[in-house]
Amino acid sequence: MASIDREQVVHLGRLARLELSESEVAHYTEQLDQILSAIAAISEVAAEDIPPTSHPIPMTNVFRDDIPTPGLDRSVVAEGAPAWEDDRFLVPRILDEPA
Amino acid sequence: MNQKIHTMESDLVRQSAATLASAIRQGDVTSEQVTAAHLDRIEQVDPSVHAFLYVNREQSLKRAREVDRGIAEGNISSPLAGVPIALKDLLATKGVPTTCGSRILEGWRPPYNATIVERLEAAGVVSLGKTNMDEFAMGSSTEHSGYGPTRNPWDLERIPGGSGGGSAAALASFQAPLAIGTDTGGSIRQPAAVTGTVGVKPTYGGVSRYGIVALASSLDQAGPCARDVMDTALLHSIIAGHDPRDSTSINSPVPDVIQAAQSADVRGMKIGVIKQLQGEGFQRGVLEQFNAALDLLAGLGAEIIEVSCEHFQYALGAYYLILPSEASSNLARFDGMRFGIRRGDDGTNSVEQVMSATREAGFGAEVKRRIMLGTYALSSGYYDAYYGQAQKIRTLIKRDFESAFLHVDALVSPTAPTTAFKIGEKLDDPLAMYLNDIATIPVNLAGNCAMSLPIGLAPEDGLPVGLQIIAPAMADDRLYRVGSALEAALVDQWGGLLIEEVPAL
Repeated sequence: MASIDREQVVHLGRLARLELSESEVAHYTEQLDQILSAIAAISEVAAEDIPPTSHPIPMTNVFRDDIPTPGLDRSVVAEGAPAWEDDRFLVPRILDEPA
Repeated sequence: MNQKIHTMESDLVRQSAATLASAIRQGDVTSEQVTAAHLDRIEQVDPSVHAFLYVNREQSLKRAREVDRGIAEGNISSPLAGVPIALKDLLATKGVPTTCGSRILEGWRPPYNATIVERLEAAGVVSLGKTNMDEFAMGSSTEHSGYGPTRNPWDLERIPGGSGGGSAAALASFQAPLAIGTDTGGSIRQPAAVTGTVGVKPTYGGVSRYGIVALASSLDQAGPCARDVMDTALLHSIIAGHDPRDSTSINSPVPDVIQAAQSADVRGMKIGVIKQLQGEGFQRGVLEQFNAALDLLAGLGAEIIEVSCEHFQYALGAYYLILPSEASSNLARFDGMRFGIRRGDDGTNSVEQVMSATREAGFGAEVKRRIMLGTYALSSGYYDAYYGQAQKIRTLIKRDFESAFLHVDALVSPTAPTTAFKIGEKLDDPLAMYLNDIATIPVNLAGNCAMSLPIGLAPEDGLPVGLQIIAPAMADDRLYRVGSALEAALVDQWGGLLIEEVPAL
């Protein structure tokens, strides 16, 4: 199992959309490395023939009756939105150029 | 007012939910009076316990009056009608603040109710408010709440367990006779153990997850919390059962937990003691009480058999890969775009910058730690070694349980390796904190059901010890059969429930 370094923590922060401070990066580099070493023992179990379990109670293709029911009212959703305009969520720019 | 009612009113908050419901049914007391007594108690003691994040006195009393009318008119009849309850803040409650213990959801009011909340309302159970928890249910001490820790009523310098420390502390300090918790790796059972209360993690899929903010979807399960086994069973019977809105919900009848809780009979039952969940790492007084409880069970006619679950030693490692992986994905929705707080939206920053600033400001240290761990475990190049391997260990743990249940009806272990520790003691030592869940995690990985109930105080520190009972999936009734027998024997011994020993606040 690989150990984790500062570069990787910075990269993970970017992937996870966390604007980590310098001290957080240092702290998490140390802690994630400790946690990963502590759980490395799971690789001791040779498990080639073992099927993975993703879900404790196996179920496939669970359907319910296709009965139309009203969704949430827009005004209710708007109340919880950080920014709302013209019946839509208002979000920051999604393209590269600053506004 | 006659003498009988007067006597009851003075200690309404110390009654069981079953007693309160029966008094309400008979007209000896109203739901409004019972609810008011608990709201008064909250005002009096919660400043020192901090079990609740949100209480709305007027709203609760209004609902209690409606329930009183419903009972009088015959529209509401359930074994817990009129009894108040505390709800973990992970449950969506329509129009009522729901934070999950996180600053990122500060001030958010969900537009709909969780299925559990709807079922409780239909049964005439009255909400007192929302209880404190580790942020997004990540933790074993409630210290990771974004709103400050909850304190253990047995010793205010100690943790009440977690993540459902608020619900457990509310019960142990007589602020509520019933509570709802959720259990992803032990968050119902470990708080029950360290506060001297009872908690059940039902079979995965036994209680609807609809409207419960997801931590790790393949592990999460909501369940009942109370001060005795019968109240827990009554609450279990109200919240359990199939829900078409949760695709993992089990579509078969709920086991008869109430009858099992009445049975108090373990004669002829085979009870397995898990070899791997005792000894090293377990506090001396915890093991002492555990062994005494085994003797008691044997004396009641159960056959005690030692069983080995050899892959349990890998459970913690597998759990701390599967949980963060699922959590990092589930928590991606908290990005400040559609609900919750938003930070850094100055008209110049891009959506990614705003999301990153929002998440950085809104999430606490443990949540960030687990999101990063999960993001790592799911990254290309590491996926097979971490997440893939953890899923295989999950299969091996399931098989360990399956072979054990070929020989025994139920399994037992201490619920937690230690009694309640001091606030701050393990806060920045994630590995030490994770070890609290060593005995509870295997059950979540396998999806079967388990109960924790109090079995005594550890002689060295005078703090409560819990015993865990584990049964196969959809055999939740066995938990109550064993639990009620043990509880009855202990009450005989002590002359009352352990919780009656809790120091006055």
